[in-house]
Amino acid sequence: MRVTAFLTDSTLCIGCKACEVACKEWNEVPDDGFDWSGFSYDNTGSVGHSTWRHVKFVEQAPEAGLGGNDPDLASWTFSSDVCKHCENAGCLEACPTGAIVRTEFGGVFLQPDICNGCGYCVVACPFGVVEKRPGDGRAFKCTFCYDRQKVGLTPACAKACPTESIQFGEIESLRLKAKERVQELHARGMEDATLYDAADSSVGGTHAMFVVRGDPRAYNLPPNPECPTVYLKKAWTSSAVAAALLVGGSLIAFLADRKRPSR
Amino acid sequence: MPGLGTSFGRGGATTAQQDLANSDAILIMGSSMAENHPVGFQWVMEARERGATVIHVDPRFTRTSAMADIWVPLRAGTDTVFLGGLIHYALTHDKVFREYVVHYTNAATLVRDDFQDTEDLDGLFSGWDEATRQYDPTSWKYREAEGEGLTPADPTLQDPKCVYQVLKRHFSRYTPEMVERICGVPRDVFVKTAEAFTAASGHEKTGALCYAVGFTQHSNGVQIIRSAAILQLLLGNIGRPGGGILALRGHASIQGSTDIPTLFDILPGYLPMPALGPDSLDLQSYVAKNSSQTGLWANFDKYFISLLKAYYGESATPENQYGFHWLPRISGDHSHFGYWLDMADGKMEGLFVMGQNPAVGAPNARLERRALAKLKWLVVREMVETETAAFWYDSPEISSGELATEDIATEVFLFPAAGSAEKAGTFTNTQRLLQFREKAVDPPGEARSEAWFMHHLARRLKARAVGDARPRNAGLNALTWNYATEGRHHEPVIAEVLQEINGRSLPGGELLEGSAQLKNDGTTACGCWIYSGVFPSPGRNRANERSPKGYLGHGWGFAWPNDIRILYNRASAAPDGSPWSERKKLVWWSEQDRRWDGLDTPDYPRDLSPAAPADLRAGIGVTALGGQNPFILHADGKGWLYVPTGLKDGPLPTHYEALESPFPNAMHSQQCDPAAQTMARPDNLYADSPGDPRYPHILTTYRLTEHHTAGGMSRTLSHLAELQPELFTEVSPELAAEAGLDHGAMARVVTPRGEIVARVLVTQRMHPLWVQGRRIHQVGLPYHWGYRGLVTGDVVNDLLAISEEPNVRINETKALVCAILPVAVETERA
Repeated sequence: MRVTAFLTDSTLCIGCKACEVACKEWNEVPDDGFDWSGFSYDNTGSVGHSTWRHVKFVEQAPEAGLGGNDPDLASWTFSSDVCKHCENAGCLEACPTGAIVRTEFGGVFLQPDICNGCGYCVVACPFGVVEKRPGDGRAFKCTFCYDRQKVGLTPACAKACPTESIQFGEIESLRLKAKERVQELHARGMEDATLYDAADSSVGGTHAMFVVRGDPRAYNLPPNPECPTVYLKKAWTSSAVAAALLVGGSLIAFLADRKRPSR
Repeated sequence: MPGLGTSFGRGGATTAQQDLANSDAILIMGSSMAENHPVGFQWVMEARERGATVIHVDPRFTRTSAMADIWVPLRAGTDTVFLGGLIHYALTHDKVFREYVVHYTNAATLVRDDFQDTEDLDGLFSGWDEATRQYDPTSWKYREAEGEGLTPADPTLQDPKCVYQVLKRHFSRYTPEMVERICGVPRDVFVKTAEAFTAASGHEKTGALCYAVGFTQHSNGVQIIRSAAILQLLLGNIGRPGGGILALRGHASIQGSTDIPTLFDILPGYLPMPALGPDSLDLQSYVAKNSSQTGLWANFDKYFISLLKAYYGESATPENQYGFHWLPRISGDHSHFGYWLDMADGKMEGLFVMGQNPAVGAPNARLERRALAKLKWLVVREMVETETAAFWYDSPEISSGELATEDIATEVFLFPAAGSAEKAGTFTNTQRLLQFREKAVDPPGEARSEAWFMHHLARRLKARAVGDARPRNAGLNALTWNYATEGRHHEPVIAEVLQEINGRSLPGGELLEGSAQLKNDGTTACGCWIYSGVFPSPGRNRANERSPKGYLGHGWGFAWPNDIRILYNRASAAPDGSPWSERKKLVWWSEQDRRWDGLDTPDYPRDLSPAAPADLRAGIGVTALGGQNPFILHADGKGWLYVPTGLKDGPLPTHYEALESPFPNAMHSQQCDPAAQTMARPDNLYADSPGDPRYPHILTTYRLTEHHTAGGMSRTLSHLAELQPELFTEVSPELAAEAGLDHGAMARVVTPRGEIVARVLVTQRMHPLWVQGRRIHQVGLPYHWGYRGLVTGDVVNDLLAISEEPNVRINETKALVCAILPVAVETERA
C-alpha cells in the first residue's frame, strides 16, 4: 500500500470552500453553527470537531493596479487547512483506548466507535486539530478519507478542488513537486513563497504539506510544532532519577541508622 | 443576447472555458469569475500558470482580483468609458490587428451620409424622436449601393464615412484622462492595463474577455457588451484560440433558456416571436422581414417552417401557412417587469413560478411580493417552500401589518419539485455545451420533474379543448403532444423531447444530422434549429457522450451549433486559409483535400474555398459570402464594429450614466441611455439624478460563492448556510469612518424604494475613488438572503428599482445610489 499525503498550494486557492463542503458531505459532518465571524469571508473559524477542512482568509490592503498574484503584494490569500497526519502523532500516542490508529496509507485515523471521549488527544495535538464535539462528547477529526482511499478514491476535498490547490498522491513525489513549485514561484519573483513541511520537528514529518506566501503562522501553521510525547523520555527519566534519589536516600538513611552504635 | 448577436451573429459565448488556457491575456470585467464560476476558473488559473496576464476590473477587490495580476477598481456603471478607453488606446497606439480588421469586420463599409453620431448631437444619435422616446434607425444603415454595385466600402479605411473612421471619431474622447475622470481609475493603472491587454493581439497572440451580469444588468448593458465586442474585433481576437468573449451565464442552463427560450419575444433558435403588426400578418411577410438573401439567415424559412411542423405536425400545411396564425402575437411589454407591473395593477389573474424566487430575487422585491397578493391564483414549483410560495402568510409586509393574510385572496398551489439528480434532461452551459444528465434517484414523495408537470398539464389542457371549436383553442388542438411516458410516475421520455428538438424528416421520421438538412416545404420538423445534430440517430445522444478528445473536449457533450467549440473559427485562418501562426492555429484550408480542417469543427461550409469569390449581389445563402467572410450569420459575413440594424439605442456604444448616479455625464449632456425605461411610479421611485444629496454613495449588488442566487437552494442547506450565515454590507474603512459605521455592528442601507439592515464588514478591499474631482464611496451588498431558511437576512432587492434596458429589458442592479447609516442599538429581528 502506498504512503500518501496532501499538498495544499495556497497560491492556487481561490477561496471557494468546495473542500469544506465536499468534506462535510462525504463524511456527514454536521454544521459548525451559523455565526458571522467578521473575519473576512471566513465563518467557520478553524479546523475543529465539525470542520475538518478549513479555508483561512488572510487580508492585506490591496492597491489599485496590483492583483493578488502580484509578486510584491499578496493582498488576499486563501489556504485550506487540514489535519497534518503527523508521523509522531501526539493524539495517537496520547489515546488510552486505542481509538486512534495509523492506517496503511500513513494517515492517523480516529475510530469514533472506540473513542470514549477522554479528551487526551485534544491537548496532545500540536496543531489544535482534534476537538471534542459538544453534545456528543467524542473527539473528531479528518479521517484522511480512509474509506475512499481504501477503494482507490481521492479524498473528497482534493477531488472537489477546482484549481488543484489541494493535491493528493504518493508522499515523496508530492514533496518533490512542492519543492519545485516553491522554486518556480521564487523564479516568478514571489520570494515570500515557502514550503511548510514539518519534517525536521518532533512530529517527525506530516502527511500534509503547504505552499504559502509569507509567514506560515498567518495560516495557523506553527513554526516549530512539537509532539508532546517527545517529553515523555525526559519526564520518565526525571521521574526515574527522582525515584532513584528517593530510594537511595532512604537506603542511606537506613544504612546510616544501622551503623550508629546502639545505646 | 443582442450584444453578441448583433456583433457576431449568434447570441452565445464565442469560445469555450477550456480555451481560456490558451490566452495570453484574460480581461475579466463585469464578473467575479473565481467566485461565481469557480470550476470554469480553473482554466484562467491554467492560463496564469502558463504566463498569461489576468486582469480584473471591478468596483471591489474580490476573490477574482486575488488571483489576478492586475486589479482595476472602477466606479460601478462606467464600463463603457473604460472599454471605450481601451478601444481608443488600441486605435491610437497601433494595436489594431489591421489585416483581420480589414478583411473580417465591417471597418471598411461606408455608412449613410445622414448618420450623425453622439459626438455630433451631444449624446444622441440621429433618428431620435422625443415624442415616442424611440430611435428611427434608418440613418444608421450602410450607404446604399448605386445601380448594380455593392454596398460601398473603402479597404484603405481612409474614407471619413467608413466605419473605421466613424469609430475613431466616436471614441476620440475616451482618453486615459477621461477614464480617470469618469471611472475613477488612476491614469497609470489604466495605461498599464491597456498595454497588457492590447499586447495580446496579432498573429502570435490572443486575449480573451470574460463577462457576466456585471455587464448585463445595467440600463445600457447591451452596449457595454458591444464595447467588448468592438475591442475584441479590433484586436483580432474573435474566432481564434485563446481569444473570444466568454459570456458567463448565471447558473445552470441559463444559456439553454435563451436558446429554447423562457422569453416572450423569441422562439427557439433566436427566431423572433411575431409581433402584432403588418409585418406579421402572414407567413410570407414575416419571413421576408426576418430573412436575408445572403448568409445563413437565407435559410430563415427552413428553420421557421420546421419549427411550426414540430409544433403542429400534420395540422401544419402549406394551405394554412403551417399554422403561422396559431402563434400568439406580441402586443405589448410581456417581459417579467412588464407583466409584474400589470400584476401590481391588478391586471393579471394567475402566475406560474418555476425555478425562481422573485419575492427575494427580483428587483423592487417589495413591489413584487405585494403584486402577488393581487393574483387570483399562483402556482409555485419548488424543492422548499420559498418566500414566494409563503408570501401570503410570511413576509415583511405581513409582519408590518401592511398586508393581512385574511385579506389576500390569492389561491397558492405549491408543488414539490424534483432536484437535478432526480430527473433526466440536458443542461446547456455557459459555452453552449449541451450535457445530458441521467436520473440518479426517483424524487421523494409527490415531487416531480418540470417535464412531468408540463407534459401532464398540456395533456389535460388538450383534453379539455377537444371538441371546443372556439378559435382560441385552434392552436392547442393542432399542437402535437404525444410523448411516451415511463416509470411509475409516468415521466415523459426525455430522449423523445431531445429528438424532437434535433429534428426529423417527414413523413418518414428519420432523425436529422444537422440543420443543413432542414427544408422549407414541410418535409422536416425541428424544435430548435441550432440544436439540430444533437441526436443524429436513434442510438446516439451526443449530449450524453463522455469521451473527450483534444483540448476542446470534442466527444464530451454537444456544443451548438454543429459541435463547434469556438465560433466563427474561419477567422483563425488568414484570408488565404492558412493559420495566422503555428502557435494560434485552429482551422485551416487544406488545398490537398479541398476542405476546411483543424482542431475544431469548422464554423464554415466544409468545401467553401478561400478563393471562392463573394457574390453579395446575386448569390444566395452562405456561399454568396465567398471564402473569406467568417461571420456567416451576417448578410455581409463581417464582424460588426458598427451595428447598422438590430439595436434600439444606437449603432455604437456611448457613455451614459446609470439611471441613478451621483455624477452628471461628463461626456455629453444626455445623462442616461435615452431609450431605457425607468418604469417610475409611486411604488418604484428613483433618486434625483445626478447627485441626489440624500443618497450620496454608489450601491452595487452581487453574489457570493457560498450561496445560490435568491438562496432557495443554499440557505436551506446547513453546509452552505454556515459559510455565509448573515447578510452583510462591504464598506471601506474611509466610508466607515465618515458614516460612523463599526465593523460587526448593524447599518441601515436606504434607497428611494426602501431600506434594509445589514451587518457591516469594513474591509480595505473596498476603495473610495476619485471621480470628477471628489471622493466617492461604493457600498457592496450580496443579495442572497431572505426571511426563510436556516440563515436569514433582509431582502437586498427591496432596495432596487424595476427598470428596463432598451434591447433586452433587463434591470439595473449593478449601479444605483444609496445612503448608509449606523443602527444605534442592534435590533432583534424575528
